[in-house]
Amino acid sequence: MAKSLKLIIEALLFSSDKPLTIRDFHSCLPDADVSDIKSALQILEHDYDVLDRSFKLKEVAEGYQFRSRSEYGSYILKLLQTTPNRLSRPTMETLAIIAYKQPILRHEIERLRGVDVGGILRALLEKGLIKIMGRKNLPGRPLIYGTTKRFLEVFDLKDISSLPKLKEIKDFGLEEYEPSHAGQEVAPEQRSGEDSPEPPSDNEPVKEDHETISNGGAAD
Amino acid sequence: MQKSDCTGNTDLFMNDNTEEYTVKLEIFEGPLDLLLHLIRKNEVDIFDIPISLITDQYLEYLDMMKALNINIAGDFLLMASTLVHIKSSLLLPEQEVDGEEVEDPRTEITRPLMEYMRIKELAGELSEREMLDRDVFKRHLSGEYISQLQGKEIQLDVNLFQLMDAFKKIVEQRLPDTPIVFVPETITVKDRIAFIIEQLRQEATVFFKDLFDESRTISEFIATFLALLELVHIGMVKVFQPGPDKDIRLEAHFTDNEEEENG
Repeated sequence: MAKSLKLIIEALLFSSDKPLTIRDFHSCLPDADVSDIKSALQILEHDYDVLDRSFKLKEVAEGYQFRSRSEYGSYILKLLQTTPNRLSRPTMETLAIIAYKQPILRHEIERLRGVDVGGILRALLEKGLIKIMGRKNLPGRPLIYGTTKRFLEVFDLKDISSLPKLKEIKDFGLEEYEPSHAGQEVAPEQRSGEDSPEPPSDNEPVKEDHETISNGGAAD
Repeated sequence: MQKSDCTGNTDLFMNDNTEEYTVKLEIFEGPLDLLLHLIRKNEVDIFDIPISLITDQYLEYLDMMKALNINIAGDFLLMASTLVHIKSSLLLPEQEVDGEEVEDPRTEITRPLMEYMRIKELAGELSEREMLDRDVFKRHLSGEYISQLQGKEIQLDVNLFQLMDAFKKIVEQRLPDTPIVFVPETITVKDRIAFIIEQLRQEATVFFKDLFDESRTISEFIATFLALLELVHIGMVKVFQPGPDKDIRLEAHFTDNEEEENG
């Protein structure tokens, strides 16, 4: 049983180009236990490592996907007759801010980078790496940005919490050098809405601020 | 303008006779970029920035941009005024407010600089990852292959002239030899836009010819057609044709954001 399940899962992975989630496997294998699917995936992942093939099974974007090993990238690029998908330094910086500080507003990104980011945001939206998560209940109803599943897929991340961590991340607060926030009179709900690094689920006022939040992985 | 010493990132050659410059300027994306460069170049401590030196070099850089007729973004000027402000407040004798220690005015730039450095570091880490379609590749199934499997025909985009042809055909079929008579407008393009959107809300795909089922007069036909053109123009509707002489089809293209991401 365990063996055939593993091979069915392998067949599904082989014939798909997007990361397949446990739910995808389960919908094709309704009789299989989720825990069996998970362990079969782990065995497969291990198998490919041991076989030392030119590709491997990777857990990305909350799913599983076959991807080539980086040593063979240059040959594949020739086959596809294309150039590597690179992002400019300003684009990477903007993306990093959004990834680490989401949900975030445009002016907050601009404050951190010290320059206008309108063009970069548009390019990132077009590439599907970021999305508009809603509007903030502030004058002008500014847009709230966050990263997408595509971002996780492109940057080889299991989920948003597996972003590489820096020790200093904790005091990476936006309000620190914001003069208007220096006083203690600032309403607590305003601050938590902008800066809280933890998921907003346990924080009622934050939720009200967002009009249309999709519950995609990036929001968590 | 002999400032090449102070702004070491520039190679400034000055021709004494003609006063012509050949200048290679490193392009700084923003004021923080430039400040960070100056701090690194002078090898000074970011927590103890020699504000006078850095301000002078910063302003020299702006002068050079001006001399080269480079448009200086407002962000650069704002930072310049901040630097000058900090420099001047450092000249004033320190004031103690109620025994509290006064914050070093330089923190106003130290903090954003620190944040900026951290962002650069994060961005660097991110781009070192195995990036899809740069370092690693996934299997790729073409959309064509998948839609064939799912029994959908390959879609051809329809251009304006094909649409006009199709429109002409419908008018000829359904209103043969009708003289165009101008009557006061009863049906507006706006009405027809709402009509088309409503149709597409009910069904994902609507055939071009079916749009005209209820139309009786030439003005109704034209209003419907203009409405469609408008919707295509603003990108809310896409038109497809499975093949030459096949029925043109409309597809809704209003973005329901949630649906795309949640899958």
